[in-house]
Amino acid sequence: MPSQPARVIMYTGAITGATGKVGHFNFAFPPDSMPLESGEQLGPISIAFETYGELNAAKSNAILVCHGFSGDSHAAGYKEGEKGAGWWDGMIGPGRAFDTDKYYIISSNCIGSCVGSTGPASINPINGKPYGLDFPLITIRDMVEAQRHLIDALGIGKLLTVAGGSMGGMQALQWLAAYPARVRSVIPIATAAKHSPQQIAFNEVERQAIMADPVWNNGAYYGGALPESGLGLARAIGHITFMSDKSMDAKFGRDLKSDKEPFKFTPEFQVEGYLRYRGNEFVKRFDANSYLYLTKAMDFFDLARDKPLHEVFRGSGARVLLVSYTSDWLYPSYHSQAIARAMKAAGVDVTYIEVESDYGHDAFLVEFAELTRLIKPFLEKSIKNAADAH
Amino acid sequence: MPTNDELQQELEFEVMASMVREGSTLIEVGCWEGDLLELLITKRNCRGYGIEENHEGIYQCVEKGLSVMHDALETGLKDYPDKAFDYVVLDKSFARVIVPDRLIHESLRVGKQVIVNCSNFGHWHVRTQVLFGGKTPVTESLPYQWYNTPNIHFLSVIDFLDYCAKNKLKVEQSVFVSGPKRITLWPNLFAQSAIFLISAE
Repeated sequence: MPSQPARVIMYTGAITGATGKVGHFNFAFPPDSMPLESGEQLGPISIAFETYGELNAAKSNAILVCHGFSGDSHAAGYKEGEKGAGWWDGMIGPGRAFDTDKYYIISSNCIGSCVGSTGPASINPINGKPYGLDFPLITIRDMVEAQRHLIDALGIGKLLTVAGGSMGGMQALQWLAAYPARVRSVIPIATAAKHSPQQIAFNEVERQAIMADPVWNNGAYYGGALPESGLGLARAIGHITFMSDKSMDAKFGRDLKSDKEPFKFTPEFQVEGYLRYRGNEFVKRFDANSYLYLTKAMDFFDLARDKPLHEVFRGSGARVLLVSYTSDWLYPSYHSQAIARAMKAAGVDVTYIEVESDYGHDAFLVEFAELTRLIKPFLEKSIKNAADAH
Repeated sequence: MPTNDELQQELEFEVMASMVREGSTLIEVGCWEGDLLELLITKRNCRGYGIEENHEGIYQCVEKGLSVMHDALETGLKDYPDKAFDYVVLDKSFARVIVPDRLIHESLRVGKQVIVNCSNFGHWHVRTQVLFGGKTPVTESLPYQWYNTPNIHFLSVIDFLDYCAKNKLKVEQSVFVSGPKRITLWPNLFAQSAIFLISAE
């Protein structure tokens, strides 16, 4: 019998609010490694994750939630000694859409990121230094593959659902395509089966902003000053694409920051100040190289590649809840509608709705009442189907 | 006490459910809040889906555990393969599209059979209002004024049967109702609603 590859799960802390645990999963220890889509190998791999609620005896209530590209594993509740609630706290907790009294919710940080999982800022075992640009290119498929190892290690055969927005939605779609027998349902939100040239263009300009910063130094900046101006500018561009014309007008209008006489190019408008503030805040928590790798992973994502998209979904027994937003111009609804069309042609049990919202792409992180109205009954039906199948 | 309208709808639903084979697959175009769809799925053990363009309708469908596509009624069937379903159900949906002819043809492409429920503009109450009142009729099954009606097409039982004959469609079953009762005598005059099971010949 082949020996199980070594893998270690450690729980290092507790979550309050949505009662849960903070964990770390380590696997692919040398000489083992995880093969990547590029043909390269990665190992050892560490994944930061959190869990909320309890796994039931039948192991039928496990849900994986996947964050957007700059997110982390802290999706709900409060970590010890920290003030900020998780990024989907409005969705995960007792009585919420992802009800922690009923479901066991897993939220993991993707590989390539910098918030606890292995990425370009991690130590390269070959030379004992941070990878920087020696880190291999990773794809959405690779992120899902690493998650699959975590789900295996947690002893879960079939997930009740995989849910996520934006890059998280791509992972939900990838789960459905790669492991149709291991998901009862998926909930891709504000996402796409492949990036359009416009989306790639925005990501490219953001990457250029980072790479034009002399401090970036071809990615070899660890241990010294960080490429803050480049990363801050990249994030500011990103924020423009996450909001909508309407939501910006509602939030800032043409309001000025103060009554003082304007002076040349200092930020006088509220919106200017906001973008600089968000940029400055972001550089404190995010690694510029991760920004490059993760945006590239999204740009390379193409679920169907050379096949028609409906062939990817053919034969899938999973239920699908697809959501897009009217004012999302970064991931316009036509992306979700293309997915829905392919699923219809493939005979997939799919529900699609374009939710009315002025919040642009950010809507999936804001419009909790609408999402709850959809996800709560969708999950109840999915778990009922799971019970009937037993 | 249920109103006459409610009793009529109950009967219409019962008739449509009786036309559907146990365990079959179907899609309803214009399913609103999914009341009929839910009934067909639970009562006839069907695999059923809905197409709806009204937001509140979609939310309520999802709350009922139904699978529904947010799409225009007019074009919502476009991406389904030929004969993807045993039945396409059109419950008063002609009234909601600009060109019902297109919807019927698409329904016959995607469904092996099509169930149609429509209000009968040939009902005597309608006729008397037009004839003696000189006004656009307002009746129990057509309760709107001209300026706020969602019913943008009016047809009678005879109109629909003429259409079927002209397009070589087979009318496999037809049931006529008025309030809580089935109508067998002179349906074009006495039926408020007409339910047909049709197929392409």
